[in-house]
This record gives sequence, C-alpha cells and structure tokens, in this order.
Amino acid sequence: MARRGAPRRTALPALAAAAALALTACGGGSGGATPGGEVTSLRVLDYYNNEPDKTVYARKLDECGQQAGVAIERETIPGPQLVAKVLQQASSRTLPDVLMLDNPDLQQIAATGALAPISDFGLSVDGFQEGVASASTFEGQVYGLQPVTNSLGLFYNVDILAQAGIQPPTTWDELKTAAAALTQGERYGVAFSAVADYEGAWQFLPFMWSNGGDETDIATPQTAQALQLWVDLVNSGSASKSVLNWGQADVKDQFAAGNAAMMVNGPWQFPALDEVAGLKYEVVPIPVPRAGQDVVAPLGGETWTIPQTGDPARQAKAAEIVACLNTDENQIALATDRTTVPTKTALRDRFVTEVPRMAAFTDVVQTARSRTGKLGAEWPAAATKIYTAVQTALTGGAAPLQALQQAQDG
Amino acid sequence: MAERAGGVAAPERPLVSTAAPEPVSGPAGGWRSPRGRERLLQLGFLVPAVLYLVVFFGYPVVQNLLMGFQEYTTRTFYTGEAPWVGLDNYAAVISSNVFGTALLNTALFTAGSIAGQFVLGLAIAVFFHRRFPLGGLLRSLLLLPWLIPLIVSGAVWRWILDQDNGALNQFLGALGVADRPGWLTSTSLALIAVIAVNIWIGIPFNTTILYGGLQDVPEELYEAAALDGATGWRAFRHVTWPLLRPVVAVVLVLGVVYTIKVLDIILGLTDGGPANATQTVATQAYHLSFQEFRFGEGAAMGNVLIVISLVFALLYLRANRRALVGGGR
Repeated sequence: MARRGAPRRTALPALAAAAALALTACGGGSGGATPGGEVTSLRVLDYYNNEPDKTVYARKLDECGQQAGVAIERETIPGPQLVAKVLQQASSRTLPDVLMLDNPDLQQIAATGALAPISDFGLSVDGFQEGVASASTFEGQVYGLQPVTNSLGLFYNVDILAQAGIQPPTTWDELKTAAAALTQGERYGVAFSAVADYEGAWQFLPFMWSNGGDETDIATPQTAQALQLWVDLVNSGSASKSVLNWGQADVKDQFAAGNAAMMVNGPWQFPALDEVAGLKYEVVPIPVPRAGQDVVAPLGGETWTIPQTGDPARQAKAAEIVACLNTDENQIALATDRTTVPTKTALRDRFVTEVPRMAAFTDVVQTARSRTGKLGAEWPAAATKIYTAVQTALTGGAAPLQALQQAQDG
Repeated sequence: MAERAGGVAAPERPLVSTAAPEPVSGPAGGWRSPRGRERLLQLGFLVPAVLYLVVFFGYPVVQNLLMGFQEYTTRTFYTGEAPWVGLDNYAAVISSNVFGTALLNTALFTAGSIAGQFVLGLAIAVFFHRRFPLGGLLRSLLLLPWLIPLIVSGAVWRWILDQDNGALNQFLGALGVADRPGWLTSTSLALIAVIAVNIWIGIPFNTTILYGGLQDVPEELYEAAALDGATGWRAFRHVTWPLLRPVVAVVLVLGVVYTIKVLDIILGLTDGGPANATQTVATQAYHLSFQEFRFGEGAAMGNVLIVISLVFALLYLRANRRALVGGGR
C-alpha cells in the first residue's frame, strides 16, 4: 500500500518468499560480525527496485557511505517480499546493517525486538512531522528515521475541467456535483481504489479521518458518512463500480487514459503520468466534509532502521548512514528527486519554493496522520475491517453503518 | 500449473524406485547372504525418496500442524517464542464471519471448477480422439493455458473481465447487450467469473489425462459394438465410459486436491473481493498469515484445508489402486 512504484496484485511474488519462510529457521549467518574489527562495508536492504527511486537512493547511499568511510553493499527486492525477507533474516540472525521498512510495518518489526532504538546512537525525531515520528515509534522508543513522506491528493485533468468550466472541488458536496457534471459517455467523474486489500483501506482513510472517523472504532456515524460519500459516488454513476477491483495503479491508468476526470492518488504516480503525451494534470488536497476543515490524510513513505546485528561498531556506522539520509540537504534532495515531501517541518517553505508542484501534498502532509499511530501492530487487522466494510457497502450488501458494524464484529 | 504436472508424476515415483531393485538383485548372487545384500540395496533405493518426503513434505506439514496450536507472530521469528494456546486459533478462525463464507465458497469453487473442467475436458478429449487433419496441432495448442504463468493469465483475465473497458463487455456491447455485467465487481457474479477462469486453466489437465485414457480403449471393442448396432452416443455410454471410469476417478480426485487449494488465480483476479464474495479457505489462510501476520491463525486455517485435502488424497490412492488393477494402464 502506497509503496512507490509497486504494482498492484503483487501478493503473488510474496508467495514464493512466504513459502520459504517456514524452512528458514536456520541459515548461514554472514553478517560480517567481527566485533572490534574495522568496519569497511555495510549491508543495506530496501525495496526501491524501480526507477527513479533505485538510482536516487543508490547515489544517496553511496554519498553517505563515503562520508562514513564504508562501502555500501545494497540489496533491493520487490516491495511485497520485504517483510517476509526481514522475518526470515530475523530468525536466522542475518539482518542487514541498515534496513528500510514501509512505515506501517515498522511497529510490527520493532515488536519482534530485531531493531535498535535510534536513541542508542544519539539520534532523535526532534523537528520531524508528528505523524511521521509516531509511525517510527513503538512503545515509547523511536526505531527509525524517515527522510521523506507522501500522502494522497485529488488529481484532476486540467483540460477536462476547463472545458466543463468546473473548479477543482474542495468539499464533499462540491466533489459530488463536480464528479456528476464531469461524467460523460465513457468517462467517469472520479476514480479511486476500493479494492479488497490495504490499498483500498489506505484510500478511504482521508475521507474517514477528515470527517472525524477513527480506526479504533469504525462503527461510528462519522465513518459511516464518509462511506456514504463513496457509496453515493458509485451509485450515482459518477465513479465506476470497478473501483471495487482497481488498485491505485489501475486508477492511475484510468485517469491517464482519460476515463476519469479526477482521481485519488499519490505523488509516486507523477513519473508515469508525466510520460503520458497530452495529459495535463494538477493536484489539490482531498476534499473535506465542510469548507474550512483540515484534511486528515494518511502518511506514506519508508523509514530507515538499524537492526540488532550484535556488532556495536557496525551499528554505529549504520546510524551514521541513517542520520546522513536525514540531513536537511538530503531530505530536500530526496524529496525533490522522488516527488515526496521532507519530513522535517522546518524545511517545508523552502521545499515548496524550490518544487512548487509539491505544494498540495506538502499542505496535506502538514495535518496528516500515520496509520499505525493509534493501533500499532494491530493496524493490519483494522485495515482489513475497513476495506471489508467499504466493499460490503459499495456492493449493496449493507448500509454503511451496518457494514462497518458487521466488519468490526468480525 | 507446474504443480499439476509435477503432481501427476510424483505419486508414481516411489513406485518406480521400490520396484527397481528386483531385477538388479537377481544376478548379484554374492557369496555372503544374497538376501541381506538385496535388503541393503532396497534400502539404498528407498532412503533418498523417504528423506525427500520427510524433509520437504513431512517437516512443513508437522510444523504447520504445530503452528496452529501456537501464538505464532512476527515476534516469534526473532525470539523463537511461540506460546502454546491450545485451540484458541481454531476458535478464532471458526467463529469469524468470514469462515462460513470461505467454506461455502471453497465448496462452490471446487465443485464448479471440477464439473466444468471435467465435462469440457472429456468432450474435447473425445473430439480429438477421432483423427482429422491438424488434430495433433490443435490438441497441442489446447495446452496453452497450462503454459502461461498464472500471474500472467490472472492479469489478462482481469483485463478481459473489467466492467467498463474489458474485452468481454465490449464484445457483449457490440452484440447489443445494453447493461454491462460487473464480472469481478458484483458479489453474485464474481465467484462465477473466477470459477470460469479456473475451468479454462484446468481443461488442458483434464483433456490430457482423459485423452490418454481413451487411447487405451481397444479399437476392436468399438468395431464389435458397431456390429451390434452401438455407435455414437451408445458406443460412448456402453464402451468408452465403463473402460474410462478408473481414469475418471483419478482425474476427479486429483482435480479436487488441486482446486481446493487454488490461491494465485483468486488473488490475481479479485483478492477475495468484492466483500469476500470470492474468499476461500486458501485465500483466507494466506491473508491471515502473510498480510495480518497472524501465523498461528493462518496455520489453523491451513490445517482445515489439509484435512479436507487428505480425505480426497486417500480417495485418490484408492482410485489409483483400482485404476492399476482394473487395467487403466
């Protein structure tokens, strides 16, 4: 979910990794742990296996490695395989020196005891956006530093809206009217992902949270109203029924093909959208229930951690790398190259001046929340309930509040 | 698909390896207890197979059985601690709303897929049993679904079945059908669509095995039957079918075992949605283990599947024995 560039339906490659899990209780440990010896190289594991991320991070990691005086041995694997791989490495004690994790997975992994608190190395999250910091925190200890973040916004096709003389919507009512007016022939007004996996839950969050909904108790009128909005959009024909089976990459394809005038998506789609000839698009924050309210969107992005490899010298070097990725300069550089938002609040104004197209997302991130801030390791279960309720309501299986109650009761 | 090919061959392997020693031991009449040497030789042939089974089948199955009784979480991978929780995982899994749906879907999916695959597979096998120009080429083309990776066929079918821009609905539209069915987005159609795709995937397997069975029916019987006036349907009913029955039993039972655990095609098409309409025991087990990281509950769900498969595996062994004795070969 919200993994950059990771295509939808990627559960399949994970199968292979998953199957391997059961058999990896033992394994050769080559962590290069020679306590006291000179540290000449560090092992890094991440899932930036697509361009441009792959190269952007390769450059940054090498720079940071040079500063710390170590060579970087980097391994990149497909996103859906990462957690399985980390668990396997945790059980065979072959964790890398520097480990990247998708932010909602951090608490899950920190709970195993495989990660070192960053305070051990004199690092802290002072000055970081609050939600970002909370995603990297487990039971009062911070386990990772996340240089950049992303979130969801409302993309719109500039030409289509201009032709129809419609302004990008800012409230739910405007969204409904605009989507209805923009629906014509084969084209839908708006597209989003309500698929039966975490991507669907992630896309529903900005609507649910902005209306005061909460993942600790989803069977509330606030969450039901948000769900009603989605139901209305689909039932009125302003959004396709196919949203039930569209991942975020599918939503982007529909938007790029002109089949949807607006879409809910994130900045990781910029590179793909920029390649579409003749497509002019802009991004605004997700519409809020009533004018003047703040949008509360979920935070995406990955955090960098220092696993417990049992070698203090290597861990100290690893901490230098993590700190280096999070310097002001590198946060801005990574955010610029990867169309994401720096996580240090003080960098915002400078960043928006340098990269104006990121203004909407930078705004959204201001008030955004992390998925695991409240539930921690229980988030996956809550996310399952959320997308199940969304699907039940959208297929007409139950009214929104009822669907939410059913899903909550399990 | 690879599993299917492997699955057919696998049960035969032990038969071959245990049978092999006999001719070897004959001429090896040594001076010290030829019988002992023969035993040793037999054992030598047996050990690799047994070792293979224990390591790659026995260990995972036993581990999975145990996991079902443990609180096995991400933490366990690092600490190794997996507290014994008795039947808690089973209670949690069975009391959840999804379990009933998943069980029913698994039954419908399996029954529907098998019925479709078998009937179409048999019809095609009988059709190709006659010789006609290009028959061999067409028959090999039929194997195509078997050769395409499941991830690819899943992606292609998802595109074909898309409600708005899918090839199928475009085609229906061209025929003048006004409303576009939501093949993968309607709770009443999604399971049917997934079954249909699985039937498409399973036809080559059924056709191949049944075609092999048909080849073994002696030509003279048809000639004799024709003399008695039994041709066409009656020849099939009274000659082909009785002689094919042992092979049919094997095909059906193996089909059940393969179909009941189908995961990739469902994940690829619908991910268990919409609203759990295509959620099966297998997909739910996968979800619990690898998406919610509740490995204990996932294992419990998986064990339910193992028990069901085991029943059919035993049926297969019986059917197979009968097929060997009854002259299917």
